[in-house]
This record gives sequence, structure tokens and C-alpha cells, in this order.
Amino acid sequence: MAGSIPVSPTGKSAPTGPAPGRPPTGSLPTRSTSPWAEAWRRFKRHRLAYASLWLLGVLVLAVLLGPLFYKVGINSIDFQARLASPSWTHPLGTDDLGRDLLARVLYGGRISLAVGLAAMLMAITVGVVIGAISGISRGWIDAALMWVTDLFLSLPALPLLLLLIFLFRDPLKVAFGPEIGIFILIVLVIGGLRWMPVARLVRAQFFSLREKEFVEAARALGASVPRQVVRHILPNSLGPVIVAGTIDVAAAIIAESTLSFLGLGFPPDIPTWGRILFDSKDYLDIAAHWAIFPGLAIFIAVLTINFIGDGLRDALDPRRVL
Amino acid sequence: MGNYVLRRLLILVPSLLGISVVLFTVLALAPGDPFEDLATNPNVPPEVRMALRAQFGLDDPVWTRYLHWLTSMLKGDWGFSFVSRLDVDTLILQRLPVTLAVIGASQIVALMIALPVGILAAVRPYSWFDRIASTFAFIGFSLPTFFTGLLFILLFSIKLDWLPFVFRADLSETGWRWWWEHLRQSIMPVMVLGLFQGASWMRYVRSAVLDVVRLDYVTTARSKGLNERAIVLKHVVRNALIPVVTLVALQMPAVFGGAIVTEQIFRIPGIGSLLIDSILRNDTPVIMAVTFVFSALVLLFNFLADLLYGWLDPRVTYR
Repeated sequence: MAGSIPVSPTGKSAPTGPAPGRPPTGSLPTRSTSPWAEAWRRFKRHRLAYASLWLLGVLVLAVLLGPLFYKVGINSIDFQARLASPSWTHPLGTDDLGRDLLARVLYGGRISLAVGLAAMLMAITVGVVIGAISGISRGWIDAALMWVTDLFLSLPALPLLLLLIFLFRDPLKVAFGPEIGIFILIVLVIGGLRWMPVARLVRAQFFSLREKEFVEAARALGASVPRQVVRHILPNSLGPVIVAGTIDVAAAIIAESTLSFLGLGFPPDIPTWGRILFDSKDYLDIAAHWAIFPGLAIFIAVLTINFIGDGLRDALDPRRVL
Repeated sequence: MGNYVLRRLLILVPSLLGISVVLFTVLALAPGDPFEDLATNPNVPPEVRMALRAQFGLDDPVWTRYLHWLTSMLKGDWGFSFVSRLDVDTLILQRLPVTLAVIGASQIVALMIALPVGILAAVRPYSWFDRIASTFAFIGFSLPTFFTGLLFILLFSIKLDWLPFVFRADLSETGWRWWWEHLRQSIMPVMVLGLFQGASWMRYVRSAVLDVVRLDYVTTARSKGLNERAIVLKHVVRNALIPVVTLVALQMPAVFGGAIVTEQIFRIPGIGSLLIDSILRNDTPVIMAVTFVFSALVLLFNFLADLLYGWLDPRVTYR
């Protein structure tokens, strides 16, 4: 076993690595690489994932810094250049009001990526909490929480998403303003409907970890249950959670774009990637570029995130020799 | 066997009840009011509005409304649409066959892609075929259905002019011509959904076959001198399909989500587009009923997966 990544309990012969954040004082690991450096070495072996990381990095930088250098307003209307094809003045062309698409795609990227990250954090938090409670407690608490999890798993996510957005859109808009209100709502709803796989993963990890010797040792030393969970079990079950979280970012971006594409996401004056596609779909025959560039942006973001998730899965799985 | 089916059916009941509670809570918490239009309409006197509210029980406490709604749902009385003045169940029954046909056809397409490609990729892991197939699978499920739909329309309808991009339920042709037109207009929605599902299932099939193909009983079969084809098809695939069935059943909510999007792009008159129309028009009874039908369909597919599971794996006994 080359990798001594202490995140997965499944490899029974390999638990030699120290738990992150609490190295045992007695035995030193034979090589002085930290677990994260080792994971990074293994991650780089997955060439597509490594390339994806760079591509995604470029995309994120462009979205974050682009508007600082490319100073064209997202709502500056120019009827002289309606539905113009890509050119030097408008690198990605313009839409039906002559608004510059590069500026809109860059701006929309900020929202799409922010929604993806925030919804992922929400899903992970809820999932870890529910999974941890369920995994550490036996009996009816576990049974009840898992019943709720299974119930949520069989809810049809998109219809419910549409329903919730529609019902709660206006009050939140009034309370927090149109942009922030919708952002909060979309993040809450997407995150609230995606925590179940994480909860199940964490619970399964807890079931196997809580019987392991090091947890038993901690228990014998008198560690309280919260301490056992937070210091010993949780850090060791993070590997699959990190992978699931990465994939969740991609899923959340798709979910947000789907909502916007159905006309139920952000308000029309905020150009998210899905919203630009929604606006463009009636002009496919005369202005194909309008649909293709935001669609490509979604595709590249989602594809690279999925590849990175795949690479992380390989890197964080100690059973795989890389 | 009959006993097993009955038991699985009984497990469905609390799940359905749970889903109905969730849906009803969401609706009860929401601030929207179906009588909002009447409230702002100066021609409707407040007394009439109040009487209507009382007649429809909108002023009762939440749990009475829930029980009332549940009992009438069970009696088959699903209410009528505020917008089209039709009974909700007739409205849904009109729309449901199209949705089921599109979903069913796309699932068949997905299986026809996922099974052979996944098995071939797993039999020769890390070969060129495997690499190319896996890369295409990643591309396939990273392309959101709404974007593939638009790309298909752009390519096949606008550039090549081969296929119509608006789905018409009222085709004027008859006989073979009708079937032909129907096929032509169904190709794009079915392929959009099928390719997306096929891509993600291919990865499930691949990893499931990879897990099974190393087991001892496969080596035994090989040392008995069975030919490779029989080993893979009769011995490996049947066992590998067991986890795949579970994963496919868990994917059903996503399939319905994809169906809503495709119905919206190609303007297919199914229950997905019915849902979106009624959401945009604040048509509460239809929204509730359609969401509930979607949930029931998900549970139904999980139930079918359970039955299939028992058939594939004799170790799962029908007790």
C-alpha cells in the first residue's frame, strides 16, 4: 500500500497514517510527507483531473478578474449591434438588445459558481451533521433519520425545486432585495435537496470507524462522545465527503442553470448562464453564438469539476496504489 | 412471492404519506393565495370571496385541510384546475401517456448504450476503448440536457432541417404516416434524455462488471472451458446488474427532472410542461397533484427495482 491517506477506513491493512490534526506522538511515519502532499502527488497522476484543475482555475480567474479588465457594461444596450456575431469589438457577439455577451457570460459565471459553492457547502454541512448523528447513535434516532433521508431521496427534486422557488420567491425578494433574496433561496433549496447522499456516506463511514481500535482507545481514555466524533472519527471519514462535495458543486451549477433555463431562477436582468440560454433559445436560427457560449461555459465548468472529483476519488482512496 | 410483493407494497404506504405531508407542509407554509386574483378584482365583492374561501376550506387549520385533502385524494377526487376548469385527474391522465412514452423510450435507449459499452469497457479495462468510452461518458453527463437539446435543435432542425423541433400532439396524418411523423418528432427528445442517462449508467455498469469479473467463480467458469461470450453474458452480467438496478432506481428522480426540461424545450404536452405551466399560473391543485404523481412514480420505480432485484439475485429471498 503506497498511499497512507488516513481518510478511508476501508483498507484494513493500511491504517498506518496519523489522523490529520492529531499525529500520534510515538511512532513517526517512515516518509515525512504529509497526507495532503501525498494526496496531491496521487492526484497529479490523474492527467485529465490535473488538466481540468488548471482549466477550471483559468475559468475561475477569468470570471473573478475578467470584469476588472474587460470594462463593458452587462446592460449597456447598443441597437446598432443587435445579434452581432463574434468580432473584435464583441468577442462573443451580442444579444437581441446589443448587449455584449462576453461581459454577461463573465458576470453570470460569478453567480453560477457562487451558487454551486454555497449550495455544496450547505449540502455537505447538513449531510455531515445528519450522517454523524445517525452514525454515532444507535436505535430509533438512527432509524428515524434514515427514514427521513430515504424519504428525501425519493422526492422528485426538480418539481419540488420549482414549487419551492415559485412559492417563496416573492417574500424573500421583498426581505433581502431581488439578487440576494433569490440567491439565498436557490442555495437553500438546492442544498436542502442534495444532502442525502452525503448523509448516507458519512453514516456508513461512522459505522465502520466507530468500531476501530483507535476510537476504542480514545473511548478507553475517557474521551466524550463529541470529542470522539470531532477529533477522531470525522477527520477520518472526510475523503468520500470531499469527493461528494466536488461532484455536488457541478450538480448545483446544473440545477441553478436548469432553474434559470426554465425561467424560474434569477430575475431577467441578472445574466446567469442558464438565463442567457433561456433568452437565446428563440433566436437559435439567427444567432447561434448567443446560445453556444454560455452553454459551453456551463459544460466546461461542470466537466472539469467532474474530472477533478474523479481524480480526488482516486487520490483519496487508500486501496488504490498509484 | 405474492407475500413479498404485498410486503413491499405495504412499505410504500408510509413513504407516500410522508411525501404527501412534505408537499402539503410546503404549500401551507407558502404565502401565495389562489384567491389573490379575486381579491384584487374589483368586480368580486368581499363577501363572495369569503364565501368561496369557506367553501374550499381555506380558513380551516392546517391539519384539517391536510386530512380533507388526503381523504379526497384517496377517494379519487383530485379537485379541478383553477385555470382550465378541468378535473385535475383528467388533465393529468391526458398528459401522462406522452411523458411515460418519452421517458420509457429514452430509458431503453440509455440501456442500449450503457450495457454494451459498459460491459466492453470493463472486460478490457484501461484499454483504448475503455478510455475513449469513459471520456465520452464524462462529457455525456456533464452536458446539461437543456444545452444538448438546444444543440440538437441547432444541428438537426435548423442547419440540416431533418427533424421538426416542436412536438405536435395533434398530427393530421393518419395510418403509417402518423407513426412516421411521430417517430420523427420523438427522436430528438428521446435521444437527449437517453444519451444523458446512458452516459451516467455506463459508468455504473463498468464499475459493477469490474467488481464481478475478478471473482473466483468467473475463473472457475473460465477453467471449465466456457467461451468468453458465455462467461460474460451468463455469469458476469447477471451478477453485475444487481447494484446497477439499485443505482438506476435511485436515479429516477433525476430522470423525471430531465423529462421536465426536455418537455419544455421541445414543447411536448406531458405532465412536466403541465407542471411548469401551472406553476407560472399559480394553479395550486394541479401543482400539488403533478408533484405527487411524480413522487408516486419514483416510488413505483423503486418498487419495480426491488422486484427485479429479487429476480436477479436468488439470495434475496421472497419472504
